[in-house]
Amino acid sequence: MFRELLGGLRATARAMASRPITIQYPEEQRPVPPRARGRHILHRYDNGLEKCIGCELCAGACPVGCIYVQAAANDPAHPVSPGERYAVRYEINLMRCIYCGYCTEACPTEAITMGPRLDLVDYKRERLIATKDDLLEAWSGFTTMSQGVAPGLGRPASQPTPMGAGSPHSGPAGRAPGLRPVIPAASGDPADTPPA
Amino acid sequence: MGQAAVSVVTLAVVRAPVSLPLTLVVALVKGVLVVFALATAAAYLTLLERKIAARIQLRIGPNRVGPGGLLQPAADGVKLIFKEKAAPAGRDRVLFQIAPALAAGAALFAFATIPINRTICVGGHGGAGPLSVSCAGGYLLHWDLANVNIGLLYILAVTSMGVYAIFLGGWSSNSKYSLLGALRSSAQLISYEMAVSFAIVGPILLAGTLNLEQMVHQQQGLWFIFLQPLGFLLYFTAAFAETNRLPFDLPEAEGELGAGYHTEFAGMRFGLFFFAEYINMVTVCSIATVLFLGGWLAPVWFLPSWLGPIWFVAKAGLLLFVMMWVRWTFPRLRYDRLMQFGWKVLLPLGLANIVVTAVFVAVR
Repeated sequence: MFRELLGGLRATARAMASRPITIQYPEEQRPVPPRARGRHILHRYDNGLEKCIGCELCAGACPVGCIYVQAAANDPAHPVSPGERYAVRYEINLMRCIYCGYCTEACPTEAITMGPRLDLVDYKRERLIATKDDLLEAWSGFTTMSQGVAPGLGRPASQPTPMGAGSPHSGPAGRAPGLRPVIPAASGDPADTPPA
Repeated sequence: MGQAAVSVVTLAVVRAPVSLPLTLVVALVKGVLVVFALATAAAYLTLLERKIAARIQLRIGPNRVGPGGLLQPAADGVKLIFKEKAAPAGRDRVLFQIAPALAAGAALFAFATIPINRTICVGGHGGAGPLSVSCAGGYLLHWDLANVNIGLLYILAVTSMGVYAIFLGGWSSNSKYSLLGALRSSAQLISYEMAVSFAIVGPILLAGTLNLEQMVHQQQGLWFIFLQPLGFLLYFTAAFAETNRLPFDLPEAEGELGAGYHTEFAGMRFGLFFFAEYINMVTVCSIATVLFLGGWLAPVWFLPSWLGPIWFVAKAGLLLFVMMWVRWTFPRLRYDRLMQFGWKVLLPLGLANIVVTAVFVAVR
């Protein structure tokens, strides 16, 4: 009897001596798996143009109807997207979304993908409707411009760029109109930048 | 055989005349200190218990309130005080109020005769040693609330009062879970009270006194745990049952009884039962320290002996740690097994221990 009892005590003593496996969630976070289906991201091409062309196929594919897209024609002088149209408004109701990923499969330009962000919580329901501002990927060109270097764009840092990258008419100014965007290779993971 | 006659200790006490007000003030201060220390200890034992449980389960445990979770007990206390005092409609109103107070009261009273250091002589010559206390021209400061010759009997009597608290708590709730818990607890506590009593007869026979301070003095050189290993094991095992701790926590078996006798208690009424459980743990571990582990005596001879209270707390703390370690290791016994273990294993072993010890003392 005593051997068994001592065996049990030894097992718990060993557990006490070993390191806890708890992850202190808000402060330290586990790396998200590369293909995790978290909150959506609207992507840009490398030159800053939005990939979304406002075709609304994602809204049609959505089984729960949580995506709302309002499209508008591109101004040829200052296009927002390389196509004829772009999305003026792009909203996803994150409380209704079931994170199935059908929108990403429907998208013809791979403009929308599921991102790594999983902490979809808020105190206000209204804030859980993600707008284009929330979803649109930040463009590294903006960051470099704000640092005073604007490679290939020649825009001085004194002229502030609208950092609200998702505002409907926030196409990067100063770019030659009609420039063909460099479309990245379709294979491989999209270069998702985790939200700051 | 001439040595055996010494087993009745005559205590030569030379007391300086001390004024009554001074005695009262000292008693009051000591009483407040003991209650405060026990309350703090109970509060922090809950934190320690949660930390130990967490580490055994590879978790971290409470660490959000204060540095490293050190203010968690305060947060728990505030929460308990502000909770709604929900109570069942068919309760016995008087007993329902009295039971938690009785639980905490009995737990606190029991600590009165436990000495955490040797009696010292303040401002005079002399001091206390085995069989003699002298203090010429000074004040004799006892490190317990009441240095009485029947200290151990007093503790046994007062801890038995705790059964009333548990039973009245269960009875007055007018709930079947509470009543079942209370019935189990009465049966269990009464059975294990026997085992406890038998286990402590060994040290009593060896020391020849019921005065706890003198019992510690008798252990100078050799602690009773080395003479009474079985007695210590019996006492410590039965202590788990006496404090309703986990291998024997049938009175509050949460799996089958909700929470047993305190199912219907909410807020600070529940808090008092909880508080009483932890103070009882401190008490049984302190008694085990005094009876078997040499009380305030230094663990090894080269350590300073004037650190008495530190040694006492260290020894009692070690036992408390073992109690928690055991709680998070073993599953609960079935009720009939519990009673069988008490009556068919602990009690005969205790009796055998008494017989062997008595023969040993007689022929010594």
